Amino acid sequence: MTALAAIAEARRRTRKRPLGRHLSILGWCAAAVLAVVALLAIFGPLLVTVDPNAVDLSGAYSGPSPEHLLGQDASGRDLFSRLLSGASTSLVGPLLVVVASTVLGTALALSAVWIGGWFDSAIARVIDAVFAFPGLLLAILATSIFGTGLQAAVIALSISYTPYIARIVRGAALRERSLPYVAALRVQGLRGTSISLRHILPNIAGLISANATLSFGFALIDLAALSFIGLGVQAPTADWGAMIGSGMAGILQLEPQEALWASLLIVITVAAANSLGDELVKRSENRS
Amino acid sequence: MSALLEVDGLSVQLPVAGEFRTVLQDVSFSLEAGQTLGLVGESGSGKSMTVRSIARLLPPGARTTGSIRFDGASVLDLRGDALRKFRSRDVSMIFQDPRAHTNPVRKIGDFLTEAMRINGKVPPREAERRAVELLAEVGIHDGERRLKQFPHELSGGLLQRVMIAASLAVKPRLILADEPTTALDVTTQSEVMAILARLQREYGMAMLFITHDLELAAAVCDRTVVMYAGAMVEHQDSSRLHTDPLHPYSAALMQARPEIDRRVPRLPAIPGHPTSAFEAPDGCAFAPRCRFAEDACRAALPPLESMGDAAYSRCRRAAELRGHLLATAEHSGGLGDGAGVGDSAGLEEEVAR
Amino acid sequence: MIAAPGTEPTTAASGAGRTEPILAVDGLRKTFGRGRKEAVAVDGISFELHEGGSLGIVGESGSGKTTTARMLIGLEQPTAGRILVDGSDLTRPARRIKDLRARGRLIQIVFQDPYTSLDRRQKVGDCLGEVVRLHFGLSGSALNGRVRELGELVGLQERQLRALPRELSGGQRQRVAIARALAAEPKILILDEAVSALDVSIQAQILNLLADIREQRGVSYVFISHDLAVIRQITDTAIVMRHGQVVEQGQTANVLDSPQDPYTRLLRDSVPHAGWQPGTVK
Repeated sequence: MTALAAIAEARRRTRKRPLGRHLSILGWCAAAVLAVVALLAIFGPLLVTVDPNAVDLSGAYSGPSPEHLLGQDASGRDLFSRLLSGASTSLVGPLLVVVASTVLGTALALSAVWIGGWFDSAIARVIDAVFAFPGLLLAILATSIFGTGLQAAVIALSISYTPYIARIVRGAALRERSLPYVAALRVQGLRGTSISLRHILPNIAGLISANATLSFGFALIDLAALSFIGLGVQAPTADWGAMIGSGMAGILQLEPQEALWASLLIVITVAAANSLGDELVKRSENRS
Repeated sequence: MSALLEVDGLSVQLPVAGEFRTVLQDVSFSLEAGQTLGLVGESGSGKSMTVRSIARLLPPGARTTGSIRFDGASVLDLRGDALRKFRSRDVSMIFQDPRAHTNPVRKIGDFLTEAMRINGKVPPREAERRAVELLAEVGIHDGERRLKQFPHELSGGLLQRVMIAASLAVKPRLILADEPTTALDVTTQSEVMAILARLQREYGMAMLFITHDLELAAAVCDRTVVMYAGAMVEHQDSSRLHTDPLHPYSAALMQARPEIDRRVPRLPAIPGHPTSAFEAPDGCAFAPRCRFAEDACRAALPPLESMGDAAYSRCRRAAELRGHLLATAEHSGGLGDGAGVGDSAGLEEEVAR
Repeated sequence: MIAAPGTEPTTAASGAGRTEPILAVDGLRKTFGRGRKEAVAVDGISFELHEGGSLGIVGESGSGKTTTARMLIGLEQPTAGRILVDGSDLTRPARRIKDLRARGRLIQIVFQDPYTSLDRRQKVGDCLGEVVRLHFGLSGSALNGRVRELGELVGLQERQLRALPRELSGGQRQRVAIARALAAEPKILILDEAVSALDVSIQAQILNLLADIREQRGVSYVFISHDLAVIRQITDTAIVMRHGQVVEQGQTANVLDSPQDPYTRLLRDSVPHAGWQPGTVK
């Protein structure tokens, strides 16, 4: 061992919580933004005083006022309450996509790596094939099967996100599987499932959750896009993506508030998810 | 005659997690042209750090005190072109893992001729001819074929010879060899060492040879420095190291190594584990593991003192213990006395809390 | 076959040559690839190991010693030949989980690198406990007691059993790896360059520990190493491998003191010693 390695070693040994509580300032800000957005999604509806679906044609495109903090949309609906109540729809969708694709992708990748042989090659081929399709295109195709609506969009995006997660998990699991400790456990007679779930999975969990955070941002954009073109969340349910869609008309009439506010929230959330995810990915790669 | 390389009072601190940690303290030695000096030690001893300091390859932010003089010039003050010239012409480094120091997608020929073509402005054909000659010097006689091969097509020993050939290309005056044979098989090690020794004789180069293998150092080096926890503990002629060690650590290290021609009932292991300079306690860093340590040893780090005949030891009991260090200890370092198999528990390493 | 000086074998079974060997390898062969790309890693080797004995496998890189180890523990399927452990045929890697565990209770391995041979997220005690539970179905205080016992056997304190691998030094980690292998109470322990990555002072501690364990437990060793001095210290018999074949075998002392094969002589003379002239051997 060289002196440099010895120093690194001593550093590793003295560091108390290597599981990185130490995010950068940017990382902390991103985490805080996500927390606020999550709180809005959960408790937002409680703050809403005006019915988000109440139409008031006389107040169309009105500017901010004490009753309508951010003004009203083309149908005179209250923008503030629509943004708040839209938060949960806008965030639950991507969350479901991330959870479903992460669970599915991880399960596929781990079993492919453990079973190996033709099964692994088959999985790898399928992953590559699905990977070649743009997620959004796949989702649009899927809506022709499942119909429109949030549910259909979530299922479609989950399928198109699965290969992305599976590819990353497969690479990490392959590296992990080649380590001597896995051979030692095999020699002891542990089941493949035990080794995969109790040893390999915890060691790559950091990388998986980091990539899940990252794909949350992408899923949010993709779902918003689907809602924007009318294939996702259907009127009159409030949703940020759908609000950009319905706000398009306002932009042409120089009344861009609705689209602007919805886009702003999407951009902030996505930027936060991406920077946090990026940082977590880098860290988990350095660690392993 | 003044020495080619003079290191005097060299101390190095590295920034680790916001604080400076000592990795080298008070290292002093000199090396003349044509001579080989061995630096021997375990993990954290500072042997690699010493060589890195000389090649000016310390990580950014390192604090260095003391002086390093090469041919009279202060190495620590070299800047810009002078530093580049020092690194490219005057010294060459050979590393433990040649594979990590070659570009896997470039051919051996490119690797060998690059420096000549860029630094020496030698035309390609001429450079290639020189490369074949260099390979012949390190015992590779099918040079033309090797130049067209990629690093992965060569065995570790062959690749290390290519590295040596590359370091010869500039005819350096000093070779810094950092465990050049550790990753090689013993038969290959023997060949590579023979090549190094011959070239050194022919070119009159000085060599600083780093190894963890005391036997190897004693066999190939004129003088040997034994290091522990960032400091030199012993410095003397290699030929006397075996019969007349001057520091309890060198003696214990020699005894702990099994021998090829006999088996002992128990190896006299050194209790505890090697430490780095910044982890070492006050006083003599080896005291906690030393069977000769007294209370006074733990009070202050003793200086490196002359024992006559250009021999030095950093042990305050060196004079008194001289000649007795290799006497078999009845208690063999305290290990294995009836307390059962796991008795070394308390003696081996502590868990960092 | 004497376990260690001063300790005559106490059980009748450990008498050399008088009983069935604990490990018998016959004509073992392994090739990789097919047709023109076929490479022979191990080329029909045979050897025996008696209960409580210690057999050294010496060789340089590419000699086939590691492939041999992998076939012995069932990580690689032999192309030809036979492996008999304590009378049962273990030539083919086990497929069913029951056979896999039975094999695990016969033969275990310790690898070279103490850093990657432990799960970095598992505490030392849990690592040992997992194996004990797997093989002996212990739980609760019986399990804890057994784990402590294993810790004591290799010189690990309770505090170290609660630690994660990264909090331990290389030597301590290798003790954990040895304890994990012994947890299955195997009859044979394979040590694949198990002390090569350790500092000299730690290497001596581990070699002493291994000698003690063999004496106490009667477990047999297959000790794979490129280091002749280590082989001399820890083994009774040795085989020297080159290009997948055995070039010499016998009592370790005989093999090293009066090598018959030119390659063994070359190996021996290549080890640095006083008055050594590198490269003059050949």
